[in-house]
Amino acid sequence: MAVAVVAMATQRNLFGVVVLFSIYSFLMATVLFALDAVDVAMTEAAVGAGVSTVLLLGALYLTGGTEAKPLHRPLIPLALAIAVGALLAYGMLGLPAFSDPEAPIHAHVAPRYLGEGLKETGVPNIVTAVLASYRGYDTLGETVVIFTGGAGVIALLRRRRRNGS
Amino acid sequence: MSAFAGHYAYWITIFLMVAGMYILIARGNLLKKLIGLALLQTSVYLLYIAPAKLIGGSAPIIAGGFSTYSNPLPHVLILTAIVVGVATLALGLALVVRIRETYGSIEEDEILALDSADDG
Amino acid sequence: MKDDIILRVIAKLVMPFMLLFALYVQFHGDLGPGGGFQAGVIAAAAIVFYAIIFGLPAGRKLAPEWLVEKILAVGVLLYAGVGIAGLFLGGTYLDYFVLDADPVHGQHRGIFWVEVGVALTVSGTMLKLFYMFAGRGRDGEEL
Repeated sequence: MAVAVVAMATQRNLFGVVVLFSIYSFLMATVLFALDAVDVAMTEAAVGAGVSTVLLLGALYLTGGTEAKPLHRPLIPLALAIAVGALLAYGMLGLPAFSDPEAPIHAHVAPRYLGEGLKETGVPNIVTAVLASYRGYDTLGETVVIFTGGAGVIALLRRRRRNGS
Repeated sequence: MSAFAGHYAYWITIFLMVAGMYILIARGNLLKKLIGLALLQTSVYLLYIAPAKLIGGSAPIIAGGFSTYSNPLPHVLILTAIVVGVATLALGLALVVRIRETYGSIEEDEILALDSADDG
Repeated sequence: MKDDIILRVIAKLVMPFMLLFALYVQFHGDLGPGGGFQAGVIAAAAIVFYAIIFGLPAGRKLAPEWLVEKILAVGVLLYAGVGIAGLFLGGTYLDYFVLDADPVHGQHRGIFWVEVGVALTVSGTMLKLFYMFAGRGRDGEEL
């Protein structure tokens, strides 16, 4: 994935960049599946490699195929990015090690959902149970966000009928 | 050395995040900026899902024969985040298409030049 | 692309399976991975696939624009409606326990309808986005 990302940064042909993005999404979905996040992997594969790529290709068709050569070397953004990376690395060292069963993330709310979820909702897939029942408000908000996104695109791209022509 | 091996997933996440951020701020083409934003978002998914895994656990679907499950809560958050991300990407792309139709280009420098030529 | 016979045959073979898989993912969201979002995206992808191979006007005949817009809105209304049904039946908003005599069965019903609402909105939005981007010719003229 790192190779794909570096290639994306340096490529100037935008069609190649979109194809690399699709490959990257598939690799991300595979990694997510290896991390036991099956719902998320399915969604990332369908959305990232499917819908996002189609929309990017559509927008690419409507705009144009190549990126212009940058006028000056982007040294300040590179330094800024590396500084942010260093800060993140410093903060990350305080996090628990990978797959530590004593980590706080596993200690408080998750055992209750895993233990009581099947009894209270009757649904074996705990992710669906939490999404649709325990955290139903959030999913309502998310559905409204998708609707708003669709409505926004309709508002931006709809053509008003020209009178007389 | 254990700081490296125990936090391997986080190193990858940081690299992806920094790369996405770099593409977002360093490139002038609007379409490439949006792709950098999408990269930044996917690196955040990894940031959330990686700590949720328990080695030896299984996917969080209750079934006979499994005793440990990976943590389902970050999965829920990221499911929402993925779909919201695609809605954001769609709106951004619609804006880029409209900018192209109005200004004739999607390069940041050219758009700024056209704008200041209009004002001045 | 509709003149290429291999693509046409493969599309006609594969598309019903894609739609069936979308329905399978939707209804088995309780027992395995899946649920509303994935099902909506896969269903939209099936129709996008058809529209790419057979041309946008054929796709528009299969799923007309006004229908897609209505489906978009109906999904959100369905979700909010399940919440209001909870209010009418005596519980709080989006309370599933009161939807049936047996609370666990009420949860099943609530989750089922909520997932259907989500799938409708997601599939409608993705399809509508594709129509908007693909139907706009270059330089803004109508296709």
